Amino acid sequence: MLNSKPNIADHDGFYAELLNAHEGLDEQASAALNARLILVLANHIGDRDVLSQAIKAAKTTSK
Amino acid sequence: MTKIFEKPLYPYERSPDQDAITPVRHKVVVIGAGPVGLAAAIDLAQHGIPVVVVDENDKVSHGSRAICFSKRMLEISDRLGIGDRLVEKGVTWNKGRVFNGEDEAYAFDLLPESGHKRPAFINLQQYYLEEYLVDRVRELQAEGADIELRGGSKVSAVGTHETHVSLEIDTVEGPYNIEAEWLIPCDGAGSPTRRMMGCDFGGRVFEDNFLIADVIMDAEFPTERWFWFDPPFNKGQSALLHKQPDDVWRIDLQLGWDIDREEEMRPANVIPRLEAMLGKDTKFQLEWVSVYTFQCRRMDKFRHGRVLFAGDAAHQVSPFGARGANSGLQDTDNLCWKLASVIKGDAPETLLDTYNDERVEAADENILNSTRSTDFITPKSGISRVFRDAVLDLAQTHEFTRPLVNSGRLSVPAVHDSSCLNTPEIGSFPARTRPGASASDAPLPNGWLLDQIGGEFAVLTIGFAAPDVPEGVKLIHVAEPSDELKTRYAGDGGGGTILFRPDQHIAARWAAPSAIDIANAIQRAKGA
Ligand SMILES: Cc1cc2nc3c(=O)[nH]c(=O)nc-3n(C[C@H](O)[C@H](O)[C@H](O)COP(=O)(O)OP(=O)(O)OC[C@H]3O[C@@H](n4cnc5c(N)ncnc54)[C@H](O)[C@@H]3O)c2cc1C
Repeated sequence: MLNSKPNIADHDGFYAELLNAHEGLDEQASAALNARLILVLANHIGDRDVLSQAIKAAKTTSK
Repeated sequence: MTKIFEKPLYPYERSPDQDAITPVRHKVVVIGAGPVGLAAAIDLAQHGIPVVVVDENDKVSHGSRAICFSKRMLEISDRLGIGDRLVEKGVTWNKGRVFNGEDEAYAFDLLPESGHKRPAFINLQQYYLEEYLVDRVRELQAEGADIELRGGSKVSAVGTHETHVSLEIDTVEGPYNIEAEWLIPCDGAGSPTRRMMGCDFGGRVFEDNFLIADVIMDAEFPTERWFWFDPPFNKGQSALLHKQPDDVWRIDLQLGWDIDREEEMRPANVIPRLEAMLGKDTKFQLEWVSVYTFQCRRMDKFRHGRVLFAGDAAHQVSPFGARGANSGLQDTDNLCWKLASVIKGDAPETLLDTYNDERVEAADENILNSTRSTDFITPKSGISRVFRDAVLDLAQTHEFTRPLVNSGRLSVPAVHDSSCLNTPEIGSFPARTRPGASASDAPLPNGWLLDQIGGEFAVLTIGFAAPDVPEGVKLIHVAEPSDELKTRYAGDGGGGTILFRPDQHIAARWAAPSAIDIANAIQRAKGA
């Protein structure tokens, strides 16, 4: 099951680190970094059902 | 020296059919003497069914085309009588390298499982395959089999009827008519029969071009599959290098969509490209070159009454994954025993519908795999390129991305899980040999399992006492099974009894069946 409750200890720190990683990158390099990050995280999760739920969750926004 | 593909192997000869007053009716006519048509004819002849093959041409495939043949294809070829020649002549390979830009991303070893007679893959020019098939036809003829190969005979009209199919054949001496009780069109991706019958052929064209060249060179490259993404010698595109017998090497160069095909095929343009790839000092000679746009398409149905389409005529895939000829031979493997049973009155005609169901399912699996490879090699949007490059960039340092790199998922046989010919099973057995799967080979005390199964219904019993089998069904009883045989077939009880169809797919399995269980499963597998 996809955990959609808050789950990251140092949330502000994590968010800043994520943005920091993109610092100074142009759009293309940023997109590449995001793609690599998604792959690394997806592999760590591994569970195929959770990955499908995550993709679905990301696709459903209030917008 | 004349190349094998320049020599007429079955030149036109006048047939007595041409002088008949009324059209002569044949049991089975096969259109096309490509690998699939020839395999169909040999298989039928081996089942004792008379067959006539007509081809507008009289030579083997021009240029190599298919080069990579799978284990299952080799196993089928064993049954057709050419397996040894293929493997002796072919190049067996297991290793490969993937390059990204200037660097090697990673190397791989297919590490084939032990305990199989045939290797995972061999590379061999398609013209050798066809030559050996033609030789096999000649051998069968010498043994008295009713199998005929008519070159220079182009099918120019097809008419379907309740009881037969009528054909018009064009020759240098003018046209004549014949009839067939059953027709197997194996006339390739552009199938004129399909067109003449007004059948559709839907699917996707990939907006890309590939230069495919076979070069003869005495080079130091190892016997490995080398695949490049974005190499310095073909910026932004991909490339492949793979060895074939006789110092022939296959080279694929991705060209992109907007090109002039005729221009690209001119040696003056091809040679500099190859020099850039191979290095200026490598001496090579161009054997064959062509430019392809790849597509994935299939017919809605492979069976149209008395007409049974097979091979590229029925389905077409991009070559990444080597699924064209390999799957075509699995079509005829599936079809021929069924058609032979129907012709002999041993099975109902509806058995042929299961050819359609099983092979359409297999074609969809091949199309899916081949489409995914093509989408990886030719990303179809900006974001798919971003992910593709992300996978490749990580591959060197992060092993986990290597399975995502898709330069072709090499052909494996389809499992007919939902086939109505399977008998539902009770008990716990290895998944790989479940009903619908093709048999896994294994060593026996006196040879190989698949050689023992052969091409008729057969029963294998391991661990337990031999069951009673219906008359005419082969029984393979192995009292002391090898470890491989046990891991591949034995259930929780330490043994099992497995029923194989004539195409060596598994129809049923039990712990200890009665003679009636086995007889019922055979009836079911014959579509009764
Ligand atoms: C570049 C390339 C690489 C490939 N690599 C691989 C690979 O590694 N492995 C693999 O398994 N597959 C591969 N393939 C696919 C493979 O070549 C085909 O799947 C295979 O040739 C199909 O065989 P076939 O017998 O169905 O049709 P074909 O080989 O096309 O034969 C059709 C025959 O029908 C005859 N014919 C056509 N019309 C008529 C008519 N009106 N009357 C009489 N005869 C007619 C033709 O003369 C021809 O002999 C590759 C293909 C290409 C192009």
